[in-house]
Amino acid sequence: MIQLKNRDLISITDYSKEEILKVLDIAEDFERDQRQKILTNYVIASLFFEPSTRTRLSFESAVQYLGGRIIGFASADTSSVRKGESLKDTILTVSNYSDLIIMRNPLDGSARYASEVSPVPVINAGDGSNQHPTQCLLDLYSIRKTQGTLENLQIALVGDLKYGRTVHSLVQALSLFHATFHLVSPESLKLPSGVKKWIKDAGLEYFQYTELSEVIPFADILYMTRIQGERFPDPMEYEKVKNSYILNNSMLENSKESLRILHPLPRVNEISEDVDDNPKAYYFQQAKNGVYVRQALIAAILGLKE
Amino acid sequence: MNSKRTELKVQAIRTGTVIDHIPAENTYRVFSMLSLEKSTDHVYFGTNLESKKMGKKGIVKISNKFFEPEEISKIALVAPHATLIEIRDYDIVRKYKITLPEEVHNLVKCVNPKCVTNNQQVPTHFRLITDHHGKTKLACLYCEKTMSISDIQFL
Repeated sequence: MIQLKNRDLISITDYSKEEILKVLDIAEDFERDQRQKILTNYVIASLFFEPSTRTRLSFESAVQYLGGRIIGFASADTSSVRKGESLKDTILTVSNYSDLIIMRNPLDGSARYASEVSPVPVINAGDGSNQHPTQCLLDLYSIRKTQGTLENLQIALVGDLKYGRTVHSLVQALSLFHATFHLVSPESLKLPSGVKKWIKDAGLEYFQYTELSEVIPFADILYMTRIQGERFPDPMEYEKVKNSYILNNSMLENSKESLRILHPLPRVNEISEDVDDNPKAYYFQQAKNGVYVRQALIAAILGLKE
Repeated sequence: MNSKRTELKVQAIRTGTVIDHIPAENTYRVFSMLSLEKSTDHVYFGTNLESKKMGKKGIVKISNKFFEPEEISKIALVAPHATLIEIRDYDIVRKYKITLPEEVHNLVKCVNPKCVTNNQQVPTHFRLITDHHGKTKLACLYCEKTMSISDIQFL
């Protein structure tokens, strides 16, 4: 029995495969009809202790389309945190004023702690470099929508595989769906062995590459991420590799018809703008899917959709 | 060299606890972790003693001291294969191998400076896991980072 009512979502591994699929199914319902006024008597708290464009606005958009009210703040500067209020006190206070808390906080593990303290459910909208589970859900939704299934896909993950939290969560989630992973990164930004262990433990295969062009012919999904120069201990090394992970339109000539290109955004230069008009580019639609997925999650946690 | 002769290298105690089979390199760590330098009772310790099982081992004997479960968890983290021997009037009344706890509450600091437990008043909580090399590690239930036993700092 799938029971999402009153559940927190802190880490993607908190949810089983069936629970993840349930959220995606409800999201499809919201994609068909986004303006279902089911939240009219609800107040949702949106606590963003650090800046965000897509995540905060898509959560707030999700609530507004459902007819709910939003309270909260978009930076720690406009809350009592600035006066030195503890996270515990902030959460306990806000939980008196709302039915659900959505929180982004720069401290790793802050979301788990908030969920322990809070009497109302908590959705993690990013806790430092740790987890960002709603990004993972919208990535899964986008993959399923473009490929018709999540099972047995050839998934190419490109760029900073070492520090990118979205990549780590996506690997954990796709390991439930028999994916084959093609990992394209510079030597110094390879996927951490702890994350590779997830793949191995699931009995699945991964292959590692340093050239982006190698995976394009057979990939179903090309998941691009940003390589940040400051991640390299040696700036010379960054200069050497930075251009080898830039996708441009001509590189897609030999790709599969069904290939779709995803990116958690913001992008800097890793996808040339000439790719944007290619029907295989899916990253802006992917960001739009974030609203449906967040609507689904909120509705499921409040027990308004089953 | 047999184990009896090894033990005789360290003075016997009348009543108290012997911690045997400490990895030699962690003997001082056990000593300081239990704040034995503050003890007013007899404390004996030896390190780099020959051991058939371990090659080199350490041993600590503490008079008039019997450990609480929380202290045993602490010892287990740096000496996971240690044996505890409780002695009363020179007789062994209990001898047992300590086992690693499944979870560790509020004993150890998280190695991640950005972890919420290092920035707010949050008691730490770890689960013990085995990594892909078969090594025991501590996984923080908050920030989800793992750390090696050798990186442990007690609170």
